[in-house]
Amino acid sequence: MTLRVRIIPCLDVTDGRVVKGINFKNLIDAGDPVEMAALYDLEGADEITFLDISASSSGRETTLEVVRKTAEQVFIPLTVGGGIRTVSDVDQLLRAGADKVSINTAAIARPELIAEIADKFGSQVLVLSVDARRAQTKSGFEVTTHGGRESAHIDALEWVEKACNLGVGEILLNSMDADGTRAGYDIGMISSIRAITDVPLIASGGAGALSDFAGALDAGADALLAASVFHFGVHRIGDVKRYLLKEGYSIREESNQ
Amino acid sequence: MIAILDYGSGNLRSAQRAFAHTGLDVQVTSDPRTCIESDGLVVPGVGAFQSCMIGLEVAHGDEIIKERISKSRPVLGICVGMQILFSHGLEPSRSHTQSARGLGYWDAEVSKIEAPVLPHMGWNNVEADPNSELFRGLSGETFYFVHSYAAKKSVGSKQAWTNYGETFLSAVEDGPLSATQFHPEKSGKAGLAFIRNWLGTL
Repeated sequence: MTLRVRIIPCLDVTDGRVVKGINFKNLIDAGDPVEMAALYDLEGADEITFLDISASSSGRETTLEVVRKTAEQVFIPLTVGGGIRTVSDVDQLLRAGADKVSINTAAIARPELIAEIADKFGSQVLVLSVDARRAQTKSGFEVTTHGGRESAHIDALEWVEKACNLGVGEILLNSMDADGTRAGYDIGMISSIRAITDVPLIASGGAGALSDFAGALDAGADALLAASVFHFGVHRIGDVKRYLLKEGYSIREESNQ
Repeated sequence: MIAILDYGSGNLRSAQRAFAHTGLDVQVTSDPRTCIESDGLVVPGVGAFQSCMIGLEVAHGDEIIKERISKSRPVLGICVGMQILFSHGLEPSRSHTQSARGLGYWDAEVSKIEAPVLPHMGWNNVEADPNSELFRGLSGETFYFVHSYAAKKSVGSKQAWTNYGETFLSAVEDGPLSATQFHPEKSGKAGLAFIRNWLGTL
């Protein structure tokens, strides 16, 4: 009897559609985020994350509608990230039915945004998404922007410590080196961040083999986020959960009532 | 009709959708008459203990709850909406570094959980009283929690307990007044079943 490991599928959404390749059976329309969120819920996802990569404001409006529709039929926590710059952006998403928001670039540009959101809605709604890679910085890890293409010239550990002091409730750590490789999470990065923060830590980037999920947990992650391995059906969420259960980790199982 | 007390910004829509999923008419409202006369009143939690109390008092939520309880009309507090039913809370805020006063239905303080990672965020067990109406059929299920503070003393007529670093109260049933530290509206099928159980008691 203990807190369960969380398995979180992440859906990239633009203009109301899921992008990146999706290869899924039992879907009428593989590009519909509402339908995909519902399916992942049915398969045992412990939370759902939408990353809004829309470039236009009309695209963002559409995302609000996607959040509204998802919240009507998916009764597990929903996190929405991408393009959040102000307290009012957060308010809109929460009112549409999001439970948490994740912020990234806007917080790097203006760290006070963290405190503003935490003061208004509480730290528990705020996930700091950190795109980090190995580099010659103090800790050996630096923060990047533009999907890992550019350095933000900030040490990743210093950034996480600062953000936690400003009031984030959770860290989503994306390894830009491991992202998309399916060669495993960056274990060293996870354990380095774990050592300096006491908020929940979600590991992201690099999930391939089932043993990779266990490795990230052993390094100190509380939750595991993955996109492509789920979207392409490499592993079903149930496969990951059964594997972790067999290996002695505590996972959530729902009875069919 | 079920009323969800609207006394500040937050993800009230999330709660509305889960309660509406049962097929009942659900209104998110701050209108005192609607709140007092509804079949059931849900008091969600918004932000920290002290800011939640301030918001509640501005919306006259304290009087609405008092009026309902005096008439034995059911009230369900969720998360910080549970915490403010206790006598006081120790969560610091900008204006308050000391303990903040709660509504005082239950005499216990709401204090920080002793655990290495906070908030307590995710799915955890709830050990409910075997005679609980609200947890009927839900033995062994997990529920979704997001909080760093909790009450740790037994109050009310039936209790449910959860362990995370230490053991705390995860639900209380006490006549018309019930409360959960977890979020039934975010707890999947088990949460919806809990909501149906509560609606069944109205």
